[in-house]
Amino acid sequence: MDLPALADCFGASSCVVFQVVGGLKIGMLLFLVAAGLTLIFGVLGVINFAHGSLYMIGAYLAHTALQATGSFALAVLAAAVGTAAVGALFERGVIARVYGSDALLQLLVCYAFILILDDLVIVIWGEEFLSSLGAPEAFRTRPLPVAGAVVPPFHLFLIGASAAVAAGLWLIMARTRFGKLARATAENRRMVSALGIDTAAVMTGVFALGSLLAGLGGALAASERSLSSGMGFSVVIESFIVTVIGGMGSISGAFVAALLIGMARSFGAVGFPLFTDGLMFLLMALVLLARPQGLFGDPEG
Amino acid sequence: MRRDAAFAVSAFLALLALRAATDDAGLHDIAVKSAIFAIFALSLNLLVGALGLVSFGHAAFFASGAYVFGLFMQSEAVGPDSAWAIPAALALAVSSSALLAAVVGALCIRARAIYFSFLTLAFQMLLYSAILAAVPVTGGDQGLMGGFPKPSFLGVNLGDPAHMYVACAALVSLCGLALRQISESPFGYALRMIRDNPERAAALGVPVGLHRWLAFVLAGAFASVAGVLQALLDVGAFPEWAFWAKSAEPLFMILLGGSNLFLGPAAGAIVFETLNAEVTAHTRYYGLVLGGVVLVFALGLRRGLLDWAWLFVERRRDART
Repeated sequence: MDLPALADCFGASSCVVFQVVGGLKIGMLLFLVAAGLTLIFGVLGVINFAHGSLYMIGAYLAHTALQATGSFALAVLAAAVGTAAVGALFERGVIARVYGSDALLQLLVCYAFILILDDLVIVIWGEEFLSSLGAPEAFRTRPLPVAGAVVPPFHLFLIGASAAVAAGLWLIMARTRFGKLARATAENRRMVSALGIDTAAVMTGVFALGSLLAGLGGALAASERSLSSGMGFSVVIESFIVTVIGGMGSISGAFVAALLIGMARSFGAVGFPLFTDGLMFLLMALVLLARPQGLFGDPEG
Repeated sequence: MRRDAAFAVSAFLALLALRAATDDAGLHDIAVKSAIFAIFALSLNLLVGALGLVSFGHAAFFASGAYVFGLFMQSEAVGPDSAWAIPAALALAVSSSALLAAVVGALCIRARAIYFSFLTLAFQMLLYSAILAAVPVTGGDQGLMGGFPKPSFLGVNLGDPAHMYVACAALVSLCGLALRQISESPFGYALRMIRDNPERAAALGVPVGLHRWLAFVLAGAFASVAGVLQALLDVGAFPEWAFWAKSAEPLFMILLGGSNLFLGPAAGAIVFETLNAEVTAHTRYYGLVLGGVVLVFALGLRRGLLDWAWLFVERRRDART
């Protein structure tokens, strides 16, 4: 516990700017992963416990694609598409068989998927940690001075890119035919099916889209963090916290909650470095106790 | 009751016979670990099977039992000659874990379905974070190091692996018997009625909330016994025991063995520990094999081993009549 340090930080604009940018970056990347999770839950009613493994796949695919092509943009794109494909296969092969089953069964097939993917990563990429991808060439410039603090332009890019993806996701869900079908399927799958829509394909599509978001989050995060088998564990837990705080199935809720958690982590690292995880769980417990459906959740749902 | 007691005694004797029949230390090890996890999984099934509440934070009580036990045994009050120390530490560990379960349960028990799972998970991870943060007391991420004395009481010396084996066999039989009595009591029947139809249970005058809470406290108390045994075995306590993955293990055992028959989770614990020992002995890719096995169970049988066998027996019987 180091509350004076936290007070000092709030007293200095440079520290506030630095922590706010850090919190935004953590929060926006977390949003990408959590949005996929909440989307899958909202439409399919499945809690994809293996979402962190898809994040890991995204990171590793980006690593390989970057080595093959040398282009950061191509690497991120390949990771997103590749992860979506893995997710679609997982949904068709495994998840589709446990729709409507009890939550314990769904949970356990996801657990199996986590165990298998963690080992597959070791088989394919080896046991050693892989170093982070690093920022692409274009962003290796002098940090921008803001209010006495320095802000790396790459961090601004990560925040902006995630925000663009968030906007794109909102457009897809609100405006496109696919988005409307997905929302209708969430509402009443049998009805949509009776209207001649292939709901199984819609559901696979939603799972693939959710996986794509996880892969994207993993690929972008891989630019700054090292890669290892099992790296998805902490991410999936954080995404759950975000999903639960925001309200299960609510994408805008996930957005707000992800930023909240990002800030809590960023400033928590200053004030109580040993208890930042505890702080997240405390937030989640408080929200669940006061408002079980989450901040933006449907009380009936 | 008499049948259950006879069964518990024969289970105890069978475990002793296993020890006498072979010198294979690996097999003894599997038996001890299975016993510890059988207690853990059976206690969790009081919530999962009887109440239909999937607790994701059950390891909190495993860890609290282990840490309270370890901390007490390391304290100044315990010397190498304090004969009362281990039973006293066990009692303290169980009662403080029950107290913790009483508080956590009171907060979680109103939450339904998946929210219950998340809330229990949140409290478990809070405990985990607290253990990591309280370095001076718990040793943080290093765990409770330095060991502790294991003074004999009534001639039982738990430092001796043979005595430890007998103690685990006795405790798993006793806890199993106690949990069986709970599950077969009117209280146990009330729990299953609450699971199937809480409104009807309430209309018949069953105090639904109180029963759920009591089951939560009992489950936590029994889980702490497993934690104490694990602490005795490893002469310490480690923060991973409070990590969420530790709560997934007994859930997995319940799935493996089945949740409908009382002994299902115990069977799951035995299968899990045997699998664990066999697989780690033969391959580095433990997750691949274990994951494959889980998929076969979840997608193929869609139920645990004992539940599946029971269904098979019942169908045969039905076919005959």
